[in-house]
Amino acid sequence: MDAIVPILVLTLIVATFGSLLVYVSSILGPKKHATHAKYMPYECGLPGQESSKTNVSVRYYLTAILFIVFDIEILFMYPWALTYREFVEAGHGAYIFWVMFVFIALFVFGLVWEVRSKALEWD
Amino acid sequence: MGSDLFEISVNIGKMLGIFLLMVQMVPLLVWVERRGSAFIQNRFGPNRVGPLGLTQLLADAVKFLFKEEFRPPASVAFLYYAAPVLALIPGALAFASIPLAPPFEVTFNGQTYKFLFQVFDLGIGIVFVLGISSLGAYALLFAGWGSGNKYSLMGALRASAQMISYELALGLSLVGILLIFGTFSFSEMVEMQRGPLSFTFLGQPTTISFLPNWGIFYQPLGFILFFAATFAETNRAPFDLPEAEAELVAGYHTEYGGLKMLMFYIGEYGHMMVASALATTFYFGGYELPFGSESLQQSFSPLAYSFILFGCFLTKVLVFLWIFIWVRWTLPRFRYDQLMDLGWKTMLPWALFNTVLTAVVVVLFHSSGS
Repeated sequence: MDAIVPILVLTLIVATFGSLLVYVSSILGPKKHATHAKYMPYECGLPGQESSKTNVSVRYYLTAILFIVFDIEILFMYPWALTYREFVEAGHGAYIFWVMFVFIALFVFGLVWEVRSKALEWD
Repeated sequence: MGSDLFEISVNIGKMLGIFLLMVQMVPLLVWVERRGSAFIQNRFGPNRVGPLGLTQLLADAVKFLFKEEFRPPASVAFLYYAAPVLALIPGALAFASIPLAPPFEVTFNGQTYKFLFQVFDLGIGIVFVLGISSLGAYALLFAGWGSGNKYSLMGALRASAQMISYELALGLSLVGILLIFGTFSFSEMVEMQRGPLSFTFLGQPTTISFLPNWGIFYQPLGFILFFAATFAETNRAPFDLPEAEAELVAGYHTEYGGLKMLMFYIGEYGHMMVASALATTFYFGGYELPFGSESLQQSFSPLAYSFILFGCFLTKVLVFLWIFIWVRWTLPRFRYDQLMDLGWKTMLPWALFNTVLTAVVVVLFHSSGS
C-alpha cells in the first residue's frame, strides 16, 4: 500500500498537467474559421484517396499473437533468474540450471518452428 | 507518503521536482539534438535566439502556447485528446521509480527524516518499469486510430508491432542482469555495484582493483542487446520506421499540432531518459562514482554528498542521451522486413544465448557479483 499512493498521486499530477496543456491552446490560440480543405484528413495536398478505416495487413495480428506467447515465456524466466544465485550458493546450481534448460529448449523449439513455418516473414 | 505534514510536503515537492526535471530536459535535449545534428552535418543549427541559440527553446514554447486549437472532424474526440496525455504518463512513472542518488537524512523540528532520492522505491523495480513503459504503445495506438488519417494508423501499427517485437529482446536481455544481481530492486542493484570489480573465480575471491564493479563487465553482450532494443522501444533512428517521413508524413502524430505535438515529444524524450537511466543503473553503477567515493563521503555532509552523486548520475545519463542523438544522425533507417528480422531472428536468439551463457558462467565461477 505504501508504494501505491505515490504512484496514484504522480499519475494524477501528470494527467492533470497533460490535460491542462491540451486545454490551454483552446484558450490562448486564435479562433479562425477553417476552410473545407482544412477539415479533410492530411494527405500531402491532394484530395484523400482512401479512408483510414481500410484493411490492415494480417501480419500485425500474427506478430501480436506470437508476442503474447513469447512474452509470457520470458516472464517465467524472471522468478527463475531471481532465485538462481540462492540455489547456486546452496550447491544446487546444476539442478536449477538443467530444470530451466528444458524450458529454454522448448522456447528455442517454438522459435525455430515459427521461423520455419514462415510466420515471421515480412514482404 | 509520510507520517506528518513535513514529510508529506517534502515527498510531494520531490515528486514534482523529479517530474519537472524530466519535462525540463526535453527542450534542452531538442536544442542539443538540433545543434548536434548541425555539428554532425557541418551546418550551424539554431544560433540566432540568445547565446548559442539557447533561448530558442523558450521561443518555441511560447509559439506552441499560442497555436490554434484544431481537431480534424474525421477523428474520434476522446482518443484524439487522450493520446497526448497518455504519452506522458509511462515515462514519468518509470523515471520516478529509478534511484537518482543515495537516500539522505534531514533533521527538522528535532526529528530525523530519511528521504529517498526517488519518488518511490518498489521492490519489483524492473518488472514495474517494463510493465509501465509498454503502456506507451497505447498512446501511439490511440493517436493512430483516433486521428482518422491513414498515415497515422499505419504509423501507429508499425510502432506497436515494432515495440512488442523488441520488448522480447529487451525483457530477455535483462534476465542476465537478474542472474548476476539476483534482485528486482534498483537501489539494491546500485549498492552491489559499489567498489572495485570483485567476483568469485572458481571458488577463489578475486578483486581487480583498477575497474569499478559495474554490470557492464559481467554482461557485455546483454548491454549491447539492451541498448539496441531501447532504440527500437523509443522509436528512435535507426528504428524510426513509425515516423518515416518519406512514406508516412509524420507517423502517428501527423494530425497533431502545437502543445499536443509537444507532448508526444515529451513522451519520446522521456522514454529516452528512462532508457538511459536504466542503462546507467543496470550496467554503469547507477549513481555510484567509479572511484574515490569514500573520501568524498567523509569530507561532505550527507545532503551535499547525495547531490554530488546525483550530478554523477546525471552525467552518465547525459552521455547516453548524447549517444542516442549521435546514432540518429549517423545511421540510416532500416527497411521494415530487416527491422522485424533483426528483432525476432537475431536479437532474440542472442538474448537467449546470453541468458544460457550467464547461467553457465554463474554456476562455473560460483560468482558473487557483490
